Amino acid sequence: MEKKKNDLNLIFFGIIDNNPTLVQLLGMCSTMAVSTSLENGIGMGLATTAVLAGSNVVISLLRKLIPQRIRIAAYVVIIAGFVTIIDLLMQGYLPQLTKELGIFIPLIVVNCIILARAEAFASKNNVWRSFLDGIGMGLGFTLALSAMAVVREVLGSGALYGYELFGDSFEPVAILRLPPGGFITLGLLIAGVQKLKSRGKEDA
Amino acid sequence: MTFTDILRLSLTAVLIENFIFIKFLGICPFLGVSKKVNTAAGMGMAVVFVMGVASACCYAVNEFILVRFGLEYMRTLAFILVIAALVQLVEMFLQKSVPALYQALGIYLPLITTNCAVLGVAILNVENNLNFIGSVIYGVMAGVGFMLAITMFASVRERLEFSDYPKCFDGFPIALITAALLSMAFMGFQGLHVW
Repeated sequence: MEKKKNDLNLIFFGIIDNNPTLVQLLGMCSTMAVSTSLENGIGMGLATTAVLAGSNVVISLLRKLIPQRIRIAAYVVIIAGFVTIIDLLMQGYLPQLTKELGIFIPLIVVNCIILARAEAFASKNNVWRSFLDGIGMGLGFTLALSAMAVVREVLGSGALYGYELFGDSFEPVAILRLPPGGFITLGLLIAGVQKLKSRGKEDA
Repeated sequence: MTFTDILRLSLTAVLIENFIFIKFLGICPFLGVSKKVNTAAGMGMAVVFVMGVASACCYAVNEFILVRFGLEYMRTLAFILVIAALVQLVEMFLQKSVPALYQALGIYLPLITTNCAVLGVAILNVENNLNFIGSVIYGVMAGVGFMLAITMFASVRERLEFSDYPKCFDGFPIALITAALLSMAFMGFQGLHVW
């Protein structure tokens, strides 16, 4: 029973306490580039989660076989393999989303979250725990992306998940949809998280 | 390729579609190594160099291996391997022959492997059907755009040390807001046309 609780904690650890985007500040490029709409955000988040879980499992399986000196190169090859699989699957089943995300799907390879988890967690823990860690971190990334995408889509285009929310009288804040909006939204979100964390410390 | 083509490609890469501010490529090193102007310029130089060489190598790999044998679906895997190997080679070469430059670039060289701007430029070259000269020019100029952005950003950040802002904006948030203002300035180049 105790062990089960630990495993569940592992997932929540990635989603909340150690959120890869908002707390660890990793994987900024894709966060800002694809968070223009909720659909893109969730698509990108889930694709990254799949790659993260898959590569964590394989790296954890091979952790005793990979020589220490060339481990980074080996990790990159494993990650690139999973990214290619996901890329081809998405091209086959979700052609529209693939078009929207464009170059950022192959660029999941160089998303620092994945390499960071491989190095910091999967190379030291067993398969099951690495899998849970991958899922947790991936969901944390998806959550942060969705939070940003909701702000940018609702205010920037007056819609949510493609559905119009307001009438014609609503004037969208176009800047949030454009590149500067990515920087502003992420800056304000991280500032909010830091505020919450410092408040927690003062109470304790 | 005429001179106007080259000029258009260069202006597009440096200003109109700046990798950092418009395309969101290479944000991690942009935020990570921009606390001091000197180190930022060093990182910028390393990126210009690696992006130029990586464009050339990836063009060759794509043209002579992937396309010839019908292996286009392996592009991501092949390119990241080429880039990783390339960064290692460049590091060893500089260490032996140009120690001064090696000292100046220091730890930034290995970090470039995971800079998404490098893999991004290689993939964009293929997607835009650029020829060999075009790829190299686009790679170098995109690197120059990166250097311009990171140097400007670092000089603003140096001044931020002395300014007064809410405490919860400490560190990354205020840097991101600064980047947003710079990005807005770069949006102005969108209307630029080169004939």
